[in-house]
Amino acid sequence: MVAALHALSAWAIPMFIVLIPLVAAFRKVPVYETFVDGAKDGFQTAIGIIPHLVGMMTAISMFRSSGAMDVLIGAVAPFFAWLGIPAEVLPLGLLRPITGAGSLAFATDLIKTHGPDSLIGRIASVVQGSTDTTLYVVTVYFGAVGIRNARYALKVGLFSDAVGFFAAVFACWLLF
Amino acid sequence: MVNWIWLGMIALSVIFGAATGRVQQVTEAAFSGAQTGVTVCFGLISILVFWMGLMKIAEVSGIVRRLSLLMAPIVRWLFPDVPKDHPALGYILSNMSANLLGLGNAATPMGIRAMQELQKLNANPAVATPAMCTLLALNTASITIIPTTLIAVRMNFGSAHPADIIGPTLLATAISTGAAIVADRWYRRRERRVPPLTPPPASTAQAAPDKIPPHTVPPVSL
Repeated sequence: MVAALHALSAWAIPMFIVLIPLVAAFRKVPVYETFVDGAKDGFQTAIGIIPHLVGMMTAISMFRSSGAMDVLIGAVAPFFAWLGIPAEVLPLGLLRPITGAGSLAFATDLIKTHGPDSLIGRIASVVQGSTDTTLYVVTVYFGAVGIRNARYALKVGLFSDAVGFFAAVFACWLLF
Repeated sequence: MVNWIWLGMIALSVIFGAATGRVQQVTEAAFSGAQTGVTVCFGLISILVFWMGLMKIAEVSGIVRRLSLLMAPIVRWLFPDVPKDHPALGYILSNMSANLLGLGNAATPMGIRAMQELQKLNANPAVATPAMCTLLALNTASITIIPTTLIAVRMNFGSAHPADIIGPTLLATAISTGAAIVADRWYRRRERRVPPLTPPPASTAQAAPDKIPPHTVPPVSL
């Protein structure tokens, strides 16, 4: 399975890039015009994130340089070392379900500080890439239809976030 | 909550910096953090533009719809209390296929449409139905094939293999989605055993507005 997952990492993007336009062309879609049309949205999306990311990166960068981050991480490090998880990723796991921009900023900070190909950088990438912001999803989806009693939805979401966090660490241990 | 976290981080940084005599560094970090935020977003442009162009092709050519058809049996199993030909199922399928391809922006409107359709089947509009909870669980855990943004961030910071997180991300999301489905089923079963939320008849009358097929919940076998 490890080999299959590595092959997937290597081949997923090239396969998407070749197969999607090929199938589309076969179905008589004007591939280039469609590509350009959709690509415009990518620009909007990237620019739209700037205020969120600047706000969060500023706070996280200050938090790290003041030394508060080291104290926080130092407090939980022994327990995490016992679990075999780098303590640096704990704040990311806690932020992930609460704020998408905040956790993206935190993951970026970890990748920048420890390097993208370090174990911490990879765990940060996988944790950030693998779950959605539960509180945001609950608010947006239930807010849209006026649900006030979410019943067990939040519990299920947070439970799967916790599982996802440990699964991400496990997947990195397994593959790297 | 986000407000408090943000404020807390900033306030703690200044207090902590003052206590340890690092106010100067904290100030510099504020500006360098803001700069990193902008730099990273600019780095995202290349990949997001490319990927969303590609995904538009997938959408227009019907590949997303084809993917939906493949998932139809799974969705019927996950949503046993939604009638087979109800429009909600169609939106749920589009939502799931968009999530699978990492099309967050396309997934959300589809998910909201699905919620609106599910709300029409809801006897008590202020309380979530089990189907709504399942849809939510699938969206928070969503299986991801290509974590586009993170690949872009890694590329930005000079990763030798930015895409090598695809395999572990798929594995991790498969596990968390599995956990979400199991937890969702467990709660469904528990709530059926002790049905506490039977709506009062008054709200049923008010919540059954138009030509919704009579709210027949098919017998569910798990």
